[in-house]
Parts: sequence; C-alpha cells; structure tokens
Amino acid sequence: MSDRKTLQIKQISGHSGPAAGFGVQREPEVCKLVDTTICIGCKACEVACVEWNDMPFSPTTFDNTYQTMPETRWNFWNLIKFNEHQRGDGTIQWLMRKDQCMHCADPGCLRACPADGAIVQYTNGIVDFQQENCIGCEFCVSGCPYDIPKFNPATKKVYKCTLCSDRVGQGLEPACIKACPTGCLKFGTKDDMKYVAEERAKQLRENFGFENAGVYDPQSIGGTHVVYILHDATDPERYSGLPSSPVIPWSYTVWKWLFKPVLGTFALFGLVGVLLHYVTVGPRRPQPEPPLKTPLPEKES
Amino acid sequence: MSTAIERFDHKARAVFDQIGQTEVYEGELLRHRVYTRFLHWMVALFFFLALFTGFGIYMPWLFRWFTPIFGGGPLSREMHPWFGLGFVMFFGLQTLNWLKPMKWTAADTRWVRNLAKIVGGKEKHDPPDTGFFNGGQKVQFWEIVGGCVVYLITGIILWMGARTFGRWAVAVSYVLHDISALIMLGGIFIHIYLSTIGEPGTFQAMLRGAVSEGWAWTFHPAWYKEVTGRDPVQACEEARRKTTAK
Repeated sequence: MSDRKTLQIKQISGHSGPAAGFGVQREPEVCKLVDTTICIGCKACEVACVEWNDMPFSPTTFDNTYQTMPETRWNFWNLIKFNEHQRGDGTIQWLMRKDQCMHCADPGCLRACPADGAIVQYTNGIVDFQQENCIGCEFCVSGCPYDIPKFNPATKKVYKCTLCSDRVGQGLEPACIKACPTGCLKFGTKDDMKYVAEERAKQLRENFGFENAGVYDPQSIGGTHVVYILHDATDPERYSGLPSSPVIPWSYTVWKWLFKPVLGTFALFGLVGVLLHYVTVGPRRPQPEPPLKTPLPEKES
Repeated sequence: MSTAIERFDHKARAVFDQIGQTEVYEGELLRHRVYTRFLHWMVALFFFLALFTGFGIYMPWLFRWFTPIFGGGPLSREMHPWFGLGFVMFFGLQTLNWLKPMKWTAADTRWVRNLAKIVGGKEKHDPPDTGFFNGGQKVQFWEIVGGCVVYLITGIILWMGARTFGRWAVAVSYVLHDISALIMLGGIFIHIYLSTIGEPGTFQAMLRGAVSEGWAWTFHPAWYKEVTGRDPVQACEEARRKTTAK
C-alpha cells in the first residue's frame, strides 16, 4: 500500500477553512482537453465511461439527433452532445461536444452543498462527490452552471463524473481519454493542455479558416479542468448550450458562510434571552400572588 | 365564503367535543376546546419533526446527530417536505379556527406599545383592554401565517428542484426558507417560555383546555369581563382580601 498514490484534498463542502494537509506537497493541476473540431461522435468515450465506472445499463431515448440520450444521467456521466448549426451562408456544421463535469476551479456544487464532506476538491483540480456524506438535498444541482449533478431516486444521492479520480490517483488517464480513437481527447497538466489548446486554436485560425477559433476556459468560475477547443469561441452557446459566462448564485456564498451562522446564533439568542428573563425579571404569576414570606429589601434610591 | 369557513369550524368543534372533553372546575374558565387543542398539538408535532429534519439539512456539520432519528441524512431530506406539509396543513386549519379572535384591534397596538413594561416585569396585570389573545400572541400568529406562505412557496420550489424551477429560483428560495425558519425558531423559544415557566398557569390551557379565573383576570382582563360579566380589577381585589383574611 505504501506505493499507492492518493489525492490531496483542497476544499471540502460544508466545511470552512483549509483542508488538513493542503499545500504541503506540490501537485500539478490536471486537465482534460476536448478538441471539438476533430470529434467524430463515435461515442467510444461514453462506452468507456460506463464500462470503467461499472454503471448499470439503462434504456436510451432517441430524439432524432446523433445523441445517445437527451442529457446526462446519474449513471451516464459522459454524453456527446450534438447540434446541427446553420451558418450565416446557409451551410451546415455538425457540432459535437463531449458533455461532462467541467471540474471548475470554483465549483458551484461545492459552494452550494451544505453537507460536510459530500463534495471535495482535490489539489489537482478534480471535484469529486463522496456519496456516503451526501444527504440528497440537490442544492448542488442549482449551484452547477452546467446542469451536471444528477439525482438517483433509488439511493437518494447525487452522482456525476469523477474525472476518474480513482484512475488519476494511480497515475492513469481517465477512461474516456484512453478510449478516444481520434486524439480529440487529451489529458495532462493544466499548463500543458492550455498550451496545446492555444497552439491548436492558432492553427485553426491561421490554416483552416476558423477565424474565431479559441479555447473555452471560463474565467468567471476561475477556469475549468476540462477545456474545449471550439471552432467559434465567441458563441459557445451553440455547442448545445455551453454557457459563455457561467456564474454561481451569490446567495450560496453570502448566505452559507455569513448569514447562516450569524442568524442561527441570533435565533439561539431567543433561548438565552428567555432564560435570562426568567433569572433576572422572573415569571409573571396570576394575581393575586400569595403574600411574600419575607418582604423584599427596599432598593436604595 | 366566511360563512362556509364558520360552518366548517363549527362542525369540527362539535365533532371534536364529542370525541374528547374539557372539564372546567369551580373557579376555572374554558379557554381552548378539544378541536383547538388537537390542532395545536398536531402543529407542534409537525413543527418539531420539520425543525429537526430541517436542522440536518441546514447545517449537517453541526446537526448530523439529529439525522439518525429519521434514518439518516437522505431520509431526513426525503421526509422534511412531508413534515412541512403537515405543519402547514394543520396550521392552516388553526388559522381558519382562529380567524375571529386573531383579528387585529386598536387594543393590540396599545398592548404592543406597552410591551417593554410587561417584559421588564413592571406591570403585574396586562392592560385592561387585553382580550382573548393579546397583541404579542397575534403578532406571533400572523408571523407564522406569513411564514407558512413563504415555507409553502419556497418549499415546493426546493422540493421540485432546480431542474423544474431553475437554478436561481432554488438559490433564492433556499435563503428565504431558512430566514423564515430562523424567525420561527427564535419565536418558539419565547412561545414555550411564556406558556410554561414564564407565565405559570398557562400550560393547562392547551392541555386540559381550562384556566383559573385568576389567570384570566391577570393576563386577559377584557376576555374575563366578557365571559364572566364581572370586573377583573374588582374580582382580583376580592380574591386578595380573601387570601389576606385567612
């Protein structure tokens, strides 16, 4: 067991302050690079994901596109989203985007989660759900800008892509990466992937006529650990609703870390208040009270 | 509309008076009938069930020890909305039952203005125009009515979730739901305190349904006058003379 690598936790849901041991060791951030320009929609990654994570088979829904099902499910974490985009000149473009957890640097799910330790973020950037601590409140669903966490009514817990944290912890690439036949999926450190992505976008702009080609790594949530190369980075929405500027509802941060403990304490003051009232002022009894045995000492004025 | 409610309440009170009974002894007055008491304790039961399951969702790192009572975190979460529905339903019936005595009057405004003196223990008696319910009770009652509306709307949004109502609806509802709960949590301490040790003799009103006449002329003089026809101040003085004469 001594040679087993484990991932160092950086952030824990429902838990203020730094995680123990964070920052002790240098750990590079990992990144999955998805080049949408060379995805052929073969869905090998979908199969690899279901296989590796040993997920039960579930019937799919056909909605007249090249998509396996309309959206990801609690037991289907990796879906090639398909959109037939009509360009200004009337020509058609097939857009394939691998939809999965983006492993945000500032994860909305983790911010929204009230349960201690149900969601953790590792130092390498992977955001992972720890189902044993999950209470199934589904606040993470509203915290996520990408609509990724999915509720399983049977276990009453929420599931999503782990970025194969079990494989990455052992020094292996995620299952989807291993299965990709075209080289559309790459895995490495965030710095390396960003470099490769920028080079590829430059190539697309200069040699292939995609003037707006670029890299999707939204800074509104501190960047993501899944990075896309898009033919047109000015309009990510056309890739089946990829948000151009994802946001996390501010109420989660303000309410959870400021008002929840402060106002909770105020509510407890109700208890302290009535106890103090009893001790200092005392109860009000139905009148007339029985006469006092010994008269109260007179107050000095 | 109001007559339909009155007919319903009238029938419910009559039915519950047949199921249970309220014994009023010499020197006592009937305060709450069986139907009112039944509703009160159902509201209380569901309030605490919803409160304790809610604690497990509100701050699991602090209140995780509540969740095993309900079968763990996910089951607490699953049952919380049902407990909440029970609370809102029974409180809704209580609202109909109490619509009339809870009507706000000028006397209640005066009572609330006088609050500091009563809290400070400066006044042994409540103001002479204090009726069946005082201003403070009415404030708490209408706060809970408002809170129930907030609970119901935001609760359904949280229950059905972000995939039905959208992310922002859930993010905002969650804050409003919590604020409503915190106000009621603060209120429940005051409610329990005043009905037990804070004003002795009150608790039996909700248990047996009867209160002593002394309790009535002290805390609800106008109500005492209404049901007995006697002057509360004179009645109190008479009682005082009797006790000192002994």
